[in-house]
Amino acid sequence: MAKKAIVNIYLKNGVLDPQGKATHHALEAMDFQGVNDVRMGKQIVLDVEDGVDEEQVKQMCETLLANTVIEDYAIKFEQ
Amino acid sequence: MKVTILRFPGTNCEFDTEYAFQKLGCDTQIVWHKEHDLQSPDLVVVPGGFSYGDYLRSGSIARFSPIMKEVGEFADRGGKVLGICNGFQILTESHLLPGALKRNENLHFISKHHRLKVENSDNTFLQKCEKGEVLNIPVAHADGNYYIDEQGLKELRENDQILLTYCDENGNTLNPNGSVEAIAGICNKNRNVFGLMPHPERAMEEVLGSADGIKMLEGFLA
Repeated sequence: MAKKAIVNIYLKNGVLDPQGKATHHALEAMDFQGVNDVRMGKQIVLDVEDGVDEEQVKQMCETLLANTVIEDYAIKFEQ
Repeated sequence: MKVTILRFPGTNCEFDTEYAFQKLGCDTQIVWHKEHDLQSPDLVVVPGGFSYGDYLRSGSIARFSPIMKEVGEFADRGGKVLGICNGFQILTESHLLPGALKRNENLHFISKHHRLKVENSDNTFLQKCEKGEVLNIPVAHADGNYYIDEQGLKELRENDQILLTYCDENGNTLNPNGSVEAIAGICNKNRNVFGLMPHPERAMEEVLGSADGIKMLEGFLA
């Protein structure tokens, strides 16, 4: 059996996100109302064996997938 | 002097770098990233380009190339390492230099000559320059927005690790990419690992717009 490990990566709070900001401005320019903030991130979907646990994916994030100097990450699993 | 210039898939400044150091009378060699031998250099240069297509993050995959283990050990032994542009990104991803390089604040790829102010010349790299001197050097990057947290910035300041900042012709701060404190180049605490986004190797001939790169790179020869 395989499952999916889904890693969401965003710039840390307090680290300016120029892409999110530009997108936010564009939404405002189009008169979309009520958007307080836009954060741009990336999602990495890993197709993994059942035995792969959160700790292992965390290691992958810390080593390669995220740069923890500027980014936070969140991991979730889906069947 | 022997200069080893690294080449990753996607590197594109290795020949400019080779030309620059040969012009200064150095022996140069280009070493493929899968090699395990730096070939006893006096200086290792991680040149500019788009290693691994900038996939994931600029420099993030190149960091795990076999040769980077050798670069880390070389730097730990006090060996001199210079990272230019993508090379700077690779060195921050490798934690050989503090901080990180983000997408430019205006989201543009910036390619032009820019003035740089020498913030500190008490180091190998910029010893031929004067503190406060304004240099004219090309920049060409999309991810040159230097970030470091408050604590890290304090340490950079205390140890005089901020080497170059972006400025105008008169030396007043002019920040093209959103970098913290308009930082363009730094060194590590031990002052043997250097990184900058601008390209001194592209400023070696007056006829091409500037020769200010000569006095920067010459520092390594002294």
